[in-house]
Amino acid sequence: MHNVLSRANALLAFTLWVMAAVTAACFLSTVFLDYTVPSQITVKDIKVRSIVDYATDDQQADLATLSFNLKVDFTRIFNWNVKQLFVYLVAEYKSKVNEVNQVVLWDRIVERGERVVMDEIGVKTKYYFLDDGTNLLKHDNVTFVLRYNVIPNAGYLRLVQSTNQIVVPFPTTYSTTRRS
Amino acid sequence: MFSEIRQMNVRQLLYQCLNFAMVVSSALMIWKGMMVLTGSDSPVVVVLSGSMEPAFHRGDLLLLTNDHEDPVRVGDITVFKVEGREIPIVHRVIKVHEKNAEDTKILTKGDNNQVDDRGLYAPGQLWLSRSDVVGRTKGLLPYVGMVTIIMNDYPKLKYAVLAFLGLFVLLHKEN
Repeated sequence: MHNVLSRANALLAFTLWVMAAVTAACFLSTVFLDYTVPSQITVKDIKVRSIVDYATDDQQADLATLSFNLKVDFTRIFNWNVKQLFVYLVAEYKSKVNEVNQVVLWDRIVERGERVVMDEIGVKTKYYFLDDGTNLLKHDNVTFVLRYNVIPNAGYLRLVQSTNQIVVPFPTTYSTTRRS
Repeated sequence: MFSEIRQMNVRQLLYQCLNFAMVVSSALMIWKGMMVLTGSDSPVVVVLSGSMEPAFHRGDLLLLTNDHEDPVRVGDITVFKVEGREIPIVHRVIKVHEKNAEDTKILTKGDNNQVDDRGLYAPGQLWLSRSDVVGRTKGLLPYVGMVTIIMNDYPKLKYAVLAFLGLFVLLHKEN
């Protein structure tokens, strides 16, 4: 009755069952935890230029340049079901044409076992901070906030917002100097 | 094998066929039920490329939802379709300009790519709209999708496995 095939079948079925159970336990043990950490952001040297941009409807767009300092400690987030964090800095604002504008200025992949404490000074943006029109000049309510995507070994992909955010007023005149 | 069929009487044969039909229809029901629950036409996708490494590797299984009440925001990992490309792409949103829920400009980029996705979009297309997005990644199961990748790479193996499973279900006698 117990030939090789039926034994192999039983073994395979049991292995798969155990692996599924362990994966589910891994997911359930981490899904209700709190992943929020505070961060400190300071933004400086904001300059706004007016440039020609073919991706914008009226071909004229505001380009902002800036640098920022960032201080954040992700140590307590890394439990056994965290493979990687995708950390990104977002500028968020409302404009005349758009109800919501969100632009990612900078991002970094933080893998398990890497340096998970960040203390960055004078970081330049990684992506262009380009508006969908000419609404960045004189804008007084641009919010900068750090968010991160917690990527698990198996389970729920969570988007978390760090507790601190800052609002910075933008310059009132266009900068004409060349970009440094 | 054929002697087994000969040994079966008509009732038994009918029972086995019905059993087979049950297996197929319950699989279909689970798939369609997931479509209803998640609101997405393809609630499960398998990662085929390395453009989102190290978050997703080839063969990972992703679970998607497509809730239109919940607007697309930066950081979301969207699955979108581009005209002229059959296979949907799984990339992260890096820019959103939203006039209202339906009129939204979205720009995406793969975590492991150096540039944004404008080169992948249809010629002349600069932004994605909400209707291009077919789902958003909410869950991750590693390695599970490897099975489908192997099956697609070796179609003969796929047919062999399907034939074997079909015969097994039809001929298997419960003791």
